[in-house]
Amino acid sequence: MPLFSTSDDPGSSFPELLRRVGLGPDAMVGASTDLMRELSLPHATTCVALTYVDGVVMAGDRRATAGNLISHRTMEKVVEADRHSGVAIAGAAGAAMEMIRLFQLQLEHYEKVEGTALSLEGKANQLSMMVRGNLQAAMMGMVVVPIFGGYDLRRECGRLWDYDATGGRYEERDYVATGSGSLHAGTVIKVGYRGDMGRDDAVNLAARALWEAADADSATGGPDALRGIYPVVATIDAGGWSRLDDGDLAARYDTIVAEVRSR
Amino acid sequence: MSQPFYVAPEQMMKDRADFARKGIARGRALAAVRYTDGIVIIAENASETLRKVSEIYDRIAFAGVGKYNEFDQLRVAGVRAADLKGFQYSRDDVDARSLANSYAQMLGTIFTHEMKPMEVEILVAEVGLEPAGDQMFHILYDGTVVDERDYAAIGGDAEAINSRLSETWSDGLDLHAAIALGRSALGGPDREIADDDLEVADLARTNGRRCFHRLTRADIAG
Repeated sequence: MPLFSTSDDPGSSFPELLRRVGLGPDAMVGASTDLMRELSLPHATTCVALTYVDGVVMAGDRRATAGNLISHRTMEKVVEADRHSGVAIAGAAGAAMEMIRLFQLQLEHYEKVEGTALSLEGKANQLSMMVRGNLQAAMMGMVVVPIFGGYDLRRECGRLWDYDATGGRYEERDYVATGSGSLHAGTVIKVGYRGDMGRDDAVNLAARALWEAADADSATGGPDALRGIYPVVATIDAGGWSRLDDGDLAARYDTIVAEVRSR
Repeated sequence: MSQPFYVAPEQMMKDRADFARKGIARGRALAAVRYTDGIVIIAENASETLRKVSEIYDRIAFAGVGKYNEFDQLRVAGVRAADLKGFQYSRDDVDARSLANSYAQMLGTIFTHEMKPMEVEILVAEVGLEPAGDQMFHILYDGTVVDERDYAAIGGDAEAINSRLSETWSDGLDLHAAIALGRSALGGPDREIADDDLEVADLARTNGRRCFHRLTRADIAG
């Protein structure tokens, strides 16, 4: 059982605790940009998030690609960070998943040690530090660029942040898209976005944005009716994180398909 | 040169134990009661911010009596040990038994080697996937571990509370019945504990991944 002297105490930080007990991240000694390219590691692609009157919607496709191959069809890039926040990640899948795991653990660890949860801005800051910690890997091509969204219990509204590879943190008011299909997905949201949208409209818009991204970007997966794989779409409001089930999404995509067919 | 007086080991251990027991007896006790959906922990605590009962991991709760700073230090050590183990292996590998053993080692070492023993008694409770998997470990200031099945009481008046619980506990209690039972056992025959002096938290199988849930004063009254 770890015990620390007062001067050596890692406080409520889980990454700091990992370093103290010798489980901190390994430096990537000997890794080079060329080597990373040769390994052709899986990459996660398109994610979007937008605010609506009661909170935020976050959505991501399910495909991971390694070079020109599909390496995973059921990856979950949009995950619950804690009860009132979520994170969506595009970029090098291995590093991204590990970052999400550590981020989730950090939020829970803080909450348990301190007895209260971090503020939403505090969580966004924590993620910023983790992205910055990945800078060395990012320079070798393993870039991880998350979107962070959640419901701010103090300000009683949904808030969104996006990041750059150096940990730069930018709060967005309306919507954000990241990953290879972000240009198309972002444009769909930009055109369809209204400040007074309800949950249902916001979910439809996010689903539509992923559809259009999948239509134009080979690395983004569309809804796969054959295998029953649909994007991950979740909303976060005062009641917390809630993920839409596949049946609901299947119905929404049927509507989109019908509309596209009738053009 | 002055020679230190010889003190027999028996005497030394007894003095330390008396010291620890006295410290623990100064505070209020708490009780844990098993009910249909899990385990509920009821503590007598006038403070609404300095908690005696808290979450360690998905299915594990911690409760401490005695000196606040000492059991809080143990609580944080437990959260760290559990989170580290879950990170290194898997969330399923974190269990109350191994946590209780670590606590016992730590308290035992402190009891014999440090200047003063810790004036605390702690309870580590784990809710199983099925009622048969529910576990409670009562750990004393000197590292003694006792495993309890249906109910447990820790603190100064633990023996009397335990005997009251043994008379009233039965299988198949619901949450409110379990709270009422724990509350009356803590108070004894001549005393009713006020709503404002109760701290209640439960570990329920029905709460999803994180089973720990703190009950508000409104929940307790209703």
